Amino acid sequence: MQKDLELELYQSMYRMRAAERAIQQEYPNNQMKTPMHMSIGEEGIVAGICTALKEKAKFYGTYRSHALYLAVTEETDGFFAELYGKVTGPAGGKAGSMHLASPDHNLIMTSAVVGTTIPVAVGGAFREKYMNTDKIAVVFFGDGAVDEGVFWESLNLACLWKLPVLFVCEDNGLAIHTPTSVRRGYDSLGKIARQYNCLVYDSFEQTDVLTIHAMAKKAYAEIQRFRMPALAIIPYYRYLEHVGVNEDFDVGYRSCDEFEQWLAKDPIALLRRRLINQNQENAVVSIEDAVNKQIFISVQKAKDAPFPRPEELYRGVYGE
Amino acid sequence: MHHSQDPKNFTGGYTVSKRIITYAQAINEALRQEMERDSSVFVYGLDVADHKGINGTTSGLAEKFPGRCLSTPLSEEALMGFGLGAAINGLRPVNVHIRVEFLLVAFNQLVNMLASARYGSNGKLSVPIVIRVLIGRGWGQGFQHSKSLQSIFAHIPGLKVIMPATPYDAKGMLIAAIRDDNPVICMEHRFLFWQEGEVPFEPYTVPLGKCSILRSGSDVTIVASSWSCVDALDAAKVLERKHNILAELINVRTIAPFDDATVNQSVRKTGHCIVVDSDWTHCGFSAEVAARVQEDCFGSLRSPVTRIGFAPTHCPTTRPMEDLYYPNAETIIRVTEKKLGLKPADLSDEKFHNYENKFKGPF
Ligand SMILES: Cc1ncc(C[n+]2csc(CCOP(=O)(O)OP(=O)(O)O)c2C)c(N)n1
Ligand SMILES: [Mg+2]
Repeated sequence: MQKDLELELYQSMYRMRAAERAIQQEYPNNQMKTPMHMSIGEEGIVAGICTALKEKAKFYGTYRSHALYLAVTEETDGFFAELYGKVTGPAGGKAGSMHLASPDHNLIMTSAVVGTTIPVAVGGAFREKYMNTDKIAVVFFGDGAVDEGVFWESLNLACLWKLPVLFVCEDNGLAIHTPTSVRRGYDSLGKIARQYNCLVYDSFEQTDVLTIHAMAKKAYAEIQRFRMPALAIIPYYRYLEHVGVNEDFDVGYRSCDEFEQWLAKDPIALLRRRLINQNQENAVVSIEDAVNKQIFISVQKAKDAPFPRPEELYRGVYGE
Repeated sequence: MHHSQDPKNFTGGYTVSKRIITYAQAINEALRQEMERDSSVFVYGLDVADHKGINGTTSGLAEKFPGRCLSTPLSEEALMGFGLGAAINGLRPVNVHIRVEFLLVAFNQLVNMLASARYGSNGKLSVPIVIRVLIGRGWGQGFQHSKSLQSIFAHIPGLKVIMPATPYDAKGMLIAAIRDDNPVICMEHRFLFWQEGEVPFEPYTVPLGKCSILRSGSDVTIVASSWSCVDALDAAKVLERKHNILAELINVRTIAPFDDATVNQSVRKTGHCIVVDSDWTHCGFSAEVAARVQEDCFGSLRSPVTRIGFAPTHCPTTRPMEDLYYPNAETIIRVTEKKLGLKPADLSDEKFHNYENKFKGPF
């Protein structure tokens, strides 16, 4: 069982990393005309939580949506089609990289305006409580979103009305290039959140996927048991520039040393090593081969797929 | 004031000491010179002090003016109210937003507080704030990163709304806006940042609320805002070359207050009016222009006023649909040909301005 879980988590994270490596290769050809906010570095968070809460949650996220989309949908055909602006994408090419979502898979919405999906998730959680279901809402957002009033308003509301929502702050310490040290007039988000009537999970030092997976299981159980929302604060390191497919250690706002420390605990490399030590080399390699093949095919399919027809421009503004 | 070290350019005179710079450099220079002139001027907004400096428009300010160019938390509404507080107490803030969508987060403070503060205090409060907001398009910006919305801001009494379209206007209008005692929203189309033009070294002002005539003509009046001026200028050149049609091109410059006198005077001469506004047409600024023109020039009009703007839908990411969403120089040429009963010209060798490949991110 544990072995299967580890392989499943490895597959989920490997799919994210490999898909984004493919984007890095393809993007310079200028066929994916959509701004890329890459997920490289955050895979452990999204894979851990989404794998743990599959079928138990509806998900909401931000413009940094690649890993989340792949974790929830476990598919790459629609993913690449949307990035190429093709009609076979989940939004028929209308959304692109910043709004990847798939309500059919319970990835309800992602948004490019910071903080905007947080209250939406709270409304979604209200629905689950209202209808007395066992689902929760899970919303991913960055440390920058915590600067916004709407984060605090949403947290208050969820606590007040005891709504089943898991707030996940993916804390890379940066909003574009501006670090939390020059944006926050307080020391600890976790400490403040403990004054609210919610559960707080904030003892993470790395993005170890097994730890995060276990946290998500526990959070789900505690949200149901104590009838209150939860906030997870998980630090990670953004490997690439804020937007775009390249590294940016040359421009001087952060140091490469820091990156190397994080790279040493890269969640994908860590889990791979662990699986190899358990004599799972064959299983690992066959996952990697299958994923690589799947991505290669998806990219080809996306390139070959048609663009949406002109009349699509006006379709979907209003319900018919 | 230090002039350029280049002796060829240094004349010491006011209007002659010009050189070619970009629109982004013109904005940067306006901010620098106003901060030098008046210590109450300060700049704040998300990422204004980082190494990219809002496409270079705020570069160097944080180093040159310690404590007066401040990167902020992501707290647009609070920071708009903060700007009001600073302004009514005597400072001259310049607040920067890299997308109009993010300014919407501050709409409550802007509309309910800033716009009416002077009126509600019977003139005792003055709100000398400039809100710079970048607008733009391209590279799949999509429905949350490509809006313009000038008509929404221009709808509100008490707000001035400017859209400089040339480097000369960018510097002169921004300086005028900083010196103005009212909230001024300065909307800057990102593609314009790479436009080059002659700009004097010295500080100067271009009065707010005055159109300019980019090209004189007698056959048709084209009224354009912001980036649409670039498209319209491209179109006007082709119309002259291919059809011998002389379009009079009016650069609106200021959406509110709107200088309709200049437009009406031109339409009385040409009898035809086309409005090209980088925004939606429904309830948009182009509708306002059409209304004013028919009120004032009804007897002179030889055709109905034609409006050109974004397609009435959301901006899709995918390229073929994005191309349909935006009007361009060709759209203006085709509309003019139709209006004047001309056969469509062959445009297959024409090259029109586009800076899309310089810009692949939302920032
Ligand atoms: C309301 C709003 N303000 C500003 C922006 C511009 N912006 C886009 S991403 C970003 C940084 C957000 O940082 P964070 O929430 O930590 O997310 P990360 O990019 O680090 O994942 C900013 C300021 C925006 N999209 N929305
Ligand atoms: Mg961040």
